[in-house]
Amino acid sequence: MRIVVCVKHVPDLQSERSLDDAGHLVRGEDDVLNELDENAVEAAVTLAEETGGEVVALTAGPEDAVDALRRALQMGADAAVHVTDERVAGSDVVGTARVLAAAVRKIGEDAPVDLVVTGMASMDGLTAMLPSALAASLELPQLTLASEVTVAGRELTVTRTIGDADEVQAAELPLVLSVTDQANEPRYPSFPAIRAAKGKPVTTWDLDDLTLATAGAEADGGPEVGASGAGTAVVTAAPRPPRAAGRIITDSGDAGTELAEFLLANAPG
Amino acid sequence: MAEQLSGTVLVVADHAGSALSGPSTEVLTLARSLTAGPVAAVALTGEPDTAALGRFGAGTVYVPDLDGLSPTVAAVAAEAVLAAVAQARPEAVLLVSSFAGKEIAARLAVALGSGAIVDATGVSVADGTLVVAKTVLQGTWDTTCVVTRGVPVVAVKPTAVTAAELPDAGPAEPVAVPVEFSQAARAVRVVSRTEHPGGGRAPLSEAKVVVVGGRGVAGDFSLVEELADLLGGAVGATRVATDEGWIDHAAQIGQTGVTISPRLYVGVGVSGAIHHTAGMQSAETVVVVNNDADAPIFEMADLGVVGDATEVLPQAIAELRRRRG
Ligand SMILES: Cc1cc2nc3c(=O)[nH]c(=O)nc-3n(C[C@H](O)[C@H](O)[C@H](O)COP(=O)(O)OP(=O)(O)OC[C@H]3O[C@@H](n4cnc5c(N)ncnc54)[C@H](O)[C@@H]3O)c2cc1C
Repeated sequence: MRIVVCVKHVPDLQSERSLDDAGHLVRGEDDVLNELDENAVEAAVTLAEETGGEVVALTAGPEDAVDALRRALQMGADAAVHVTDERVAGSDVVGTARVLAAAVRKIGEDAPVDLVVTGMASMDGLTAMLPSALAASLELPQLTLASEVTVAGRELTVTRTIGDADEVQAAELPLVLSVTDQANEPRYPSFPAIRAAKGKPVTTWDLDDLTLATAGAEADGGPEVGASGAGTAVVTAAPRPPRAAGRIITDSGDAGTELAEFLLANAPG
Repeated sequence: MAEQLSGTVLVVADHAGSALSGPSTEVLTLARSLTAGPVAAVALTGEPDTAALGRFGAGTVYVPDLDGLSPTVAAVAAEAVLAAVAQARPEAVLLVSSFAGKEIAARLAVALGSGAIVDATGVSVADGTLVVAKTVLQGTWDTTCVVTRGVPVVAVKPTAVTAAELPDAGPAEPVAVPVEFSQAARAVRVVSRTEHPGGGRAPLSEAKVVVVGGRGVAGDFSLVEELADLLGGAVGATRVATDEGWIDHAAQIGQTGVTISPRLYVGVGVSGAIHHTAGMQSAETVVVVNNDADAPIFEMADLGVVGDATEVLPQAIAELRRRRG
């Protein structure tokens, strides 16, 4: 099975994160591989091991986003593709999906791509929209938010828990798969794996290397990517005032009574 | 009167069984405030709740012909909504910001060549454009956003709006919509579907009170459940508690679980990891019981009790019972 796994380099969740004047996330200070993409890489590598295939890690992002690809290579991806171009900066999720879709198509020129895997969301935007936008851009079936994945021949079966129901869905390859953090336990790269990753190929493309999908945007005549091509814009952004300090009491035998009083006073209805 | 749009606002109306869902009644209420024109709905079920749709302001309900396909498949739902969009020609499309709603929103934005904003906490109109309020970076920043081209698609968080009925409204008028489904939509097969028993409590994302148990409950959710029932609330959990199998995974609050914005959050034996607080930071009042005074969740607490849950909760429960007679 030939698998492309999409990964993203995002600011560390534990770091002080902020937005710039254009409402774009400030990047490049404390960035790491998006935690939820570790599950995507693990799923891709496991499926490739099971079916005797190959994994190409793909990212679109600035120069240092190559670190996210390095991590994917250490976790077992065979090769990596880095789409980096200043014209991509400021893209919204639809623009990003268009860039990734164009890159997947180009990767597919060598040999067909059977499966595109992503994490369920990126920890920066947390919109969870990219996997669906990517599937729509590629016009492929989507099996998203999978907490379990199995493969039999050309058919992939997933379990997804949405709202108050578990659903089992299946489709034939090629398709787009997104996995949740329940899907697996990401491996920790061994020293030999880290050493081996250094020798694996990383290809760099810019937008001129890609043929971007024209769906939707062409009608408007606008660019398909970047801030001017984005369908959404941030108008104002401000850090939230911290919550006012509350009352802290230490139990010396009657805190439960005080708690009950507070709950009675503050419970709605 | 605040500024309004003049065209149709189309709401994707979710149903729970045969009834219009609570979050959908909220989005319909919001839609009414945004336009002086009609509010229409699109239903992903063959038998929409036309009475409730009418009461919450939908004049028309578009009913796409799903041709036996499952609306739980994202592409099926999105293509059905797109067919209704083609017929209704709305000025905006609003959805519920659930995982399913976000998937549909993403596909609509791609197909319409527009943009989608999800997790909206408020929507208004300024200079003829929808202005969307949204909190980002795990609750640390407030933003306002706009869709800059095409039909805006906005998914609104449950409980962001208070639902209100229209007096004397008749049922919504159903209009059948034919749909041409793509191969990619038809390719996904639903093998099985199992609904979780709700246990008679309010759905988590809609609940006004949520009592959450973390690792600190050490496997025993009975006190958490008792307190939730006394307060008429729902039971939530941290990932540790669901991973340990103490409670169903559907109860997980946070980044990769359910997002809640209750009026009252009670966290019992919860440390307050950012993965968890991301899903509850918009709670109005936060109450914490934890035996470690240094747990980060105390920084969010309106009332924090430093103490052992197995001692504090039984006392609180007894007192609540006594006071309520
Ligand atoms: C990719 C990813 C996604 C994640 N998504 C989520 C998510 O969506 N939701 C989520 O919740 N977590 C999520 N997590 C996990 C998260 O990082 C934390 O590990 C988790 O929230 C901690 O749960 P906890 O507070 O129950 O446990 P702990 O952090 O272990 O805290 C338990 C607390 O209970 C207190 N305690 C112990 N005994 C008692 C007692 N007798 N009485 C009172 N207090 C007591 C302790 O002092 C401690 O503060 C995610 C992690 C990752 C890596």
